Amino acid sequence: MTLDFDVIARSLPYLWKGFQYTVQLTAIAALGGIFFGTLLALARLSSIKLLAYTAAGYVNLMRSVPLILVIFWFFFLVPLIVQGITGAERPPLMGAERTAIITFILFEAAFFCEIMRAGIQSIPKGQVYAGYALGLTYGQTMRTVVLPQAFRNMTPVLLTQLIILFQDTSLVYVISATDFVGAAAKVAQRDGRLVEMYLFVAFVYFVICFTLSQLVKILQTRIAIVR
Amino acid sequence: MNYHWNWGVFFQEVPGGGEYYWELIVAGIGWTLAVSVCAFLIAMALGSVIGTLRTTANPWLQSLAKGWVEFFRNIPLLVQMFLWYFVVPELIPPLKRWVIEVDPGTAQFMAAIVCLGLFTSARIAEQVRAGIQSLSSGQHLAGQALGLTTLQVYRHVLLPMAFRIILPPLTSESMNLIKNSSIALTIGLAELTFRAREMGEYTFNFFEAFTAATVIYIVIAMTVNRALAYVERKTAVPGFIAGESRQALP
Repeated sequence: MTLDFDVIARSLPYLWKGFQYTVQLTAIAALGGIFFGTLLALARLSSIKLLAYTAAGYVNLMRSVPLILVIFWFFFLVPLIVQGITGAERPPLMGAERTAIITFILFEAAFFCEIMRAGIQSIPKGQVYAGYALGLTYGQTMRTVVLPQAFRNMTPVLLTQLIILFQDTSLVYVISATDFVGAAAKVAQRDGRLVEMYLFVAFVYFVICFTLSQLVKILQTRIAIVR
Repeated sequence: MNYHWNWGVFFQEVPGGGEYYWELIVAGIGWTLAVSVCAFLIAMALGSVIGTLRTTANPWLQSLAKGWVEFFRNIPLLVQMFLWYFVVPELIPPLKRWVIEVDPGTAQFMAAIVCLGLFTSARIAEQVRAGIQSLSSGQHLAGQALGLTTLQVYRHVLLPMAFRIILPPLTSESMNLIKNSSIALTIGLAELTFRAREMGEYTFNFFEAFTAATVIYIVIAMTVNRALAYVERKTAVPGFIAGESRQALP
């Protein structure tokens, strides 16, 4: 068989659009996931039992089911929820791309929650008492004392999770969203060039993820020295 | 939300098949378990070797093992699945002939277990390495002082302890493997998630099918978790923290 890597050059603009969506999805899911994950972590550590159990149940549910199944769930569930909120007559057409963003924010929140919980628990309890002794409220203690340190301690783990998330977004392929892999698969099937396309995709992912993971390692040693 | 639940759908017949939908789901569970078990065996065998190589003194073997881990870690599993199913047979002509001759289900199954096995082996290798490195160097030296060869030191001294230490992370890794096996649906393997989606598409009862799949995944995960916790208790060495955490202190 003959390899024709020209197919990559020809379809580069289309692949680039797919890649941009992958980056966009990763960024939004990371920001949303960290935000909701932190709230979930605070809920899990809350002294209000009902709140703690609900959060723990959500996190454990998300963590014991395959991501593909979660993507399928939300693909069919989100339009119904939106319909329920807006009171529309029929479920709105959401599009795979938008559904994927909502899915990943909610799914990643469970994983970021566990990271943030470990981060919060790594802060000595005395710091919380010191905050209260200064007259800070719960919200102020968390925002100005505990969370900044938790984020700092957990930065390498958060970044590693970000790399995993970047790889996991490729699974939106199963609902035919046009991310980087989706775009490459569409070109590969149209032109019958599966070998070249998938090798190229693997190469790009490897270069990006390998570089990022090495940077995280360097950062990890830097942080360790400062502390 | 106005969704009409219909749990009776599981006892309806699949059009043209003479089968019931619940049988479809059960067949899916079978494939999920078969893929997971086979991939786990491959992953344990390779992961133990690669992880051990990373702790040896030979720099060539060390970089080989490191390269292995980095390769499988930095490419999305979905893309690896495509590489094994679509790309590798194209590059190896005899394999390509075999794939054309054989039943498609067999080719999908082989690609899936090789893909998941190698992917998981890289992760298990890292755990094995961490387990060996967590042992004090005195253990290795004591083995040598007794006149054991390097191979014997690993076989009789280091690895038996290392495997006990890494049992908890190994448990979560095997649960990850079961979840990851759902990615095999992208190459057409009819495992649990595949069957749930198929049932949804035939009947439009998506949520019943997905609920069933979700509950089954949770049950499988909990069973594996309990089973390995039992192994952990049974293999615990008295006097070591790994075994004592579950026992009451005297």
